[in-house]
Order: sequence, then C-alpha cells, then structure tokens
Amino acid sequence: MRSLFQQFRTQLQWAALIALIYLFIIGMRAAHIIGSYEMGSIVMAGILIILAVSLNLVNGFTGQFSIGHAGFMGVGAYLGAICTTKLGLPFVVALLLGATMAGLVGLIIGLPSLRLRGDYLAIVTLGFGEILRVIFLNWDYVGGPRGLMGIPQYTNFTWVYVLAVLTIIIIRNWVNSAHGRACIAIREDETAASAMGVNTTLYKVAAFSIGAFFAGLAGVLFAHYYTVIIPNKFGFLFSVEILIIVVLGGLGSISGSVLATLLLTGLNAFLADWPYPRMIIYSLALIGIMIYRPSGLMGTRELTLPTLQQKRSISEGGQQGGAA
Amino acid sequence: MTEFFQQVINGIALGSVYALIALGYTMVYGIARLINFAHGDIYMIGAFLGYFATRVLGFTFLPALLLAMFGCALLGVLVENCAYKPLRRAPRITLLITAIGVSFLLENSMIWAFSPQPRTLPELLTSYQLEVGGLIITAQQFFLLGVSVILMVLLQVLVQRTRAGKAMRAVSMDENAAALMGINVNHIISLTFAIGSALAGAAGLLVGIYYNRIDPLMGIMPGLKAFVAAVLGGIGIIPGAVLGGLIMGVAESLVAGYLSSMYRDAVAFTILVIILLVKPTGILGKKAQEKV
Repeated sequence: MRSLFQQFRTQLQWAALIALIYLFIIGMRAAHIIGSYEMGSIVMAGILIILAVSLNLVNGFTGQFSIGHAGFMGVGAYLGAICTTKLGLPFVVALLLGATMAGLVGLIIGLPSLRLRGDYLAIVTLGFGEILRVIFLNWDYVGGPRGLMGIPQYTNFTWVYVLAVLTIIIIRNWVNSAHGRACIAIREDETAASAMGVNTTLYKVAAFSIGAFFAGLAGVLFAHYYTVIIPNKFGFLFSVEILIIVVLGGLGSISGSVLATLLLTGLNAFLADWPYPRMIIYSLALIGIMIYRPSGLMGTRELTLPTLQQKRSISEGGQQGGAA
Repeated sequence: MTEFFQQVINGIALGSVYALIALGYTMVYGIARLINFAHGDIYMIGAFLGYFATRVLGFTFLPALLLAMFGCALLGVLVENCAYKPLRRAPRITLLITAIGVSFLLENSMIWAFSPQPRTLPELLTSYQLEVGGLIITAQQFFLLGVSVILMVLLQVLVQRTRAGKAMRAVSMDENAAALMGINVNHIISLTFAIGSALAGAAGLLVGIYYNRIDPLMGIMPGLKAFVAAVLGGIGIIPGAVLGGLIMGVAESLVAGYLSSMYRDAVAFTILVIILLVKPTGILGKKAQEKV
C-alpha cells in the first residue's frame, strides 16, 4: 500500500516542477533572453495545449471523433470578446461566460450528433464547426467578415500558464475517475460498455461538452491576446491543426498532447519563414504517423515524473501512481 | 417567378458539378469505406491541369478536358497506392486522418509551387447566351450540364454493363467474397480511384471555365459540399450522388439568390446535419443493421 505521505510527495513534486517551469520562463523573459516574439509563441503554445488536451478528451479518451473543435473555440472567443469589449465586463467573467457558452453549444450540438458513429460523427462535427463560422461571418454586431477589433489585451503568460495547468489537472482527474473509466470503456467498445451499464449517451455528451468548455476557454484567451478575431480563423483548417497535435501526441495521452504541442511550436518557430513547406512537412508527418505509428508519440501512455521513485515503489511492492 | 426558375437553372448547372465530384466520393466510399478527403483537391488539380493544357500547351477544350481527366486518374491511383493501400486493414478513423493529411499535402504543395493567387483560364467556350421566355441559359452552363450528363451516362454503362463494373459492384458488396471469386481487389480499388478522380478532374476544369478563376484552395468547399451531396443521396449509391448533387446545387442557388450569398456555405452543412440526424443512410439508402 502506498502511504499517504508518498502520494502527497508525488503531487508536491509535480507542483514544484510546474512552479519551477513558470519561474524559469518568467525569469528568462525578465532577463530578455526570451524576446516578445518568442513569448508570443509560448503563449500560443499554452492556448494550443488547452485545445489539444480538451480535444483529446473527446477524440482520444472517449473515442468520439470530432473535427469541429475550432468552432467551439470561436464561440468562446466571440462571447468573451463581446463581454469585455461591448459590455465592459471583467476578464474573469468573460472567461467563465465564454467557456460556459461554448460548453452549452457543445451540449446542444452533442446531443443529436453523438448518436452517430465514426466518420459520420466526424463529418457532422465538421459541418457544425463550419456553420458556427458562417454565423460569425454573417453577424454584423461582431464585425462580420472583417472580424472584431479593439479587444483589450488581458491575456498574458500567467493567465495562459495557470489555465493550461488547470485544464490538464481537471481533465486528468476526470479521465482517472469512474467517469473517465466509463469514457474509456465507450472508446474500447461502445456496445460492451452499454451492456455493462454505462450510460453511453450521458458520458459521450458530457465529454463532448467538457471538451467544448475548455475550447471556449482557450478561445477567450486567444481573443484577449491577439486583440483581433476574424471568423475564418475558427474554421476547418484550425480544427485540423489541433487534430494533428492530438494525433501526433497520441490519442489518449494528455502528456502526449502537451509534448506534441511543444514539439510543433518549436518546429513552427524554426520554419516561421517558410510557411508552406511547414504545412507540407505537417501533412507528410500526419500521413507518415498514420502509416507507420498510428498510436502517435506516446500511444495511450502518460509521462510520469520520477523514474527513481517508480522503481522504489515497485521494490516496496507498492503501486506506482499519483500525478502522472 | 422568372427569377425562381433562373435560380433553378443556375442551381442545376452548379449541381451537375457537385454530382460529378460526389460520384467519386460515393464510388470510393462504396468500395473502400473511406471518406476520401483529398477528393476535392484532386478536383483542384484537374483545374490546374486544364490551366496548364490551355495556357502553356495551347490546347482547346476537349483535349484539355481529356488531359485533366487522365492526369487526375493517375494522381488518384498514386494517392491510393502510397497513402491508403498500406492502411487497408487499419481502423477507419486512421484512414480518415490520412485522407486529411493527403488533402493538406496537395493544397500546400500547390500553394508552394504556384502561389495562392487565383488564376484565370482563357476563354475556351463561346459566351453565347440563349434566352427562353426571359430565362437566360449560357453556353457554359449548357456545357457544364452536357459534359456532366455524358460522363454520368458513361459511368453508368461502365458500372452496369462491363466486367470491370461487375467486379466493382462485387467488391463493394463483399470484398472477401469477391477476392474468393478471383477478382483482384487491389486492381478494382485502384480502378475505382482512377475513375472517380477522372470525374473530379473533369469537374475541376468545367468549374474553372465557369467561374473563370482557379486557386489552390478552390477544392475545399466544393469537396465538402460534394461529400454532403453523396451523403444526401445515400453514400455508396451512384444515382444517389447525382440526385444529391442536383438538390444541393439548386438549394444553394436559391439561398444565394433569395437570402444572401454569405449563407450559401451554411446551406450544405445544414442539409448534412439534418439528413444525418433524420435519415443517415440518405434519400435512396436502405437501412443497414449494424453488426456487433
């Protein structure tokens, strides 16, 4: 049996690591080793992590293939921007409202669509994502095709970092809970899960709206970092970019999504001057991964912190676990 | 009332193109159970091949059409062999992601090679207009519809009357049983890709002439809409693709004419969502029992 102390220790170690990374980046920025351009990449990576991890909950853990994630992000971005720009509400309220609205839209879309399976579901989510985009495009109140401008820049590295960590913790806890087991059971075999008494509709819709909620959160952060949002940003292409991250990291691995985001952000920064070869490399990588390593970088495994502690706890006959 | 019929005519012309692309989707889906996301991009390549044939080689309409169809058929087989064949036994989602990858690859390679700027084709067809009772039918619309109908009839003959067509139908019913009957399944799948891609290539050139504007991303929307048309008619069913394409074309023209052209992209997806929720097998589809 693992002692309470040891369980605490694993989590403390993670907390320390998270705090260290934060202080490290803040320190590097203060020392001007990281310039404002690089900081922009880091903030975008944080937003992408929220998007990828939340999409992974739907696609990777619950096995419901959604390719309309950018649409939910758009809902959050637009509602959040309306809250601060038009209504003068504080940023926290915008974050909460934007994310909740995206979650609600996810619920409304999820209820009918999740009756479909496999590639049909994929196409319907794509369709809904495009419908959302067309709605923004035709909505004059938020600028129509010109987009919404003059959004205050409330988002900074701290907001993104804290919310990304929070997203990871919440989704990890969900996945490791009884609810998460139910979701994974649905992924493995929906009919069998249903026969074992899992309310498949409930869990599919729940995972879908939680995913949409966090996509909305990412959207609010995005809108308040770039201060301008245009409808076409939230289309099919961006949904696919998020999907590529999730697939590259491994469907069903949260740490895989995080690693893949960091990897691709690095690659982006490296190839920033050649945008089209970058996309060619992206697409070749996607095809290559599917043919040679369809499980992605991590498969369904997670990155665990202390290999040392893992060995010790095995030698003690204990079960390795804790914050993975 | 005249305006209504005018929109219907425009819609049928546009719909015949959707039908041509939808045929490729539906044939490939019927045989390989794959939503070939790259199909819309093969249509785009068809338009660019037509551009190359007319601008560089100075071809007239018919040779350009044949070149576009032949080039796209080759490309379709190449894509199938390199990207989809190794995944024949993989889960369908893996195939879907691969298809998205191929689609991105074609788009971005073309952007890289030819820049994202739109190009124009030379005037290949006469700009003659026919007026009947206040309705205007342009020669281009006539060609669009005519060529589409001829190709569809040829396809129907091929699928229903030839040995290869019979083999295709057999593979789409039961791949393993067809293989046991001595049909080379790999050849038949390649053939299906070739035919479907040739039709998409023809559609690309026709639309390039109709709108007189081609660019590397022109395939995304028509590709998605043609897919919707295929689902609407019943995916895997050849007459369904034609029916779905025509309905889509007319619906879109009417919405663009009476509401706003900004909503035209939403029409397709609204139709898709409704059809998938109400009758996922499509208008002409039969109900299939899912095996556990």
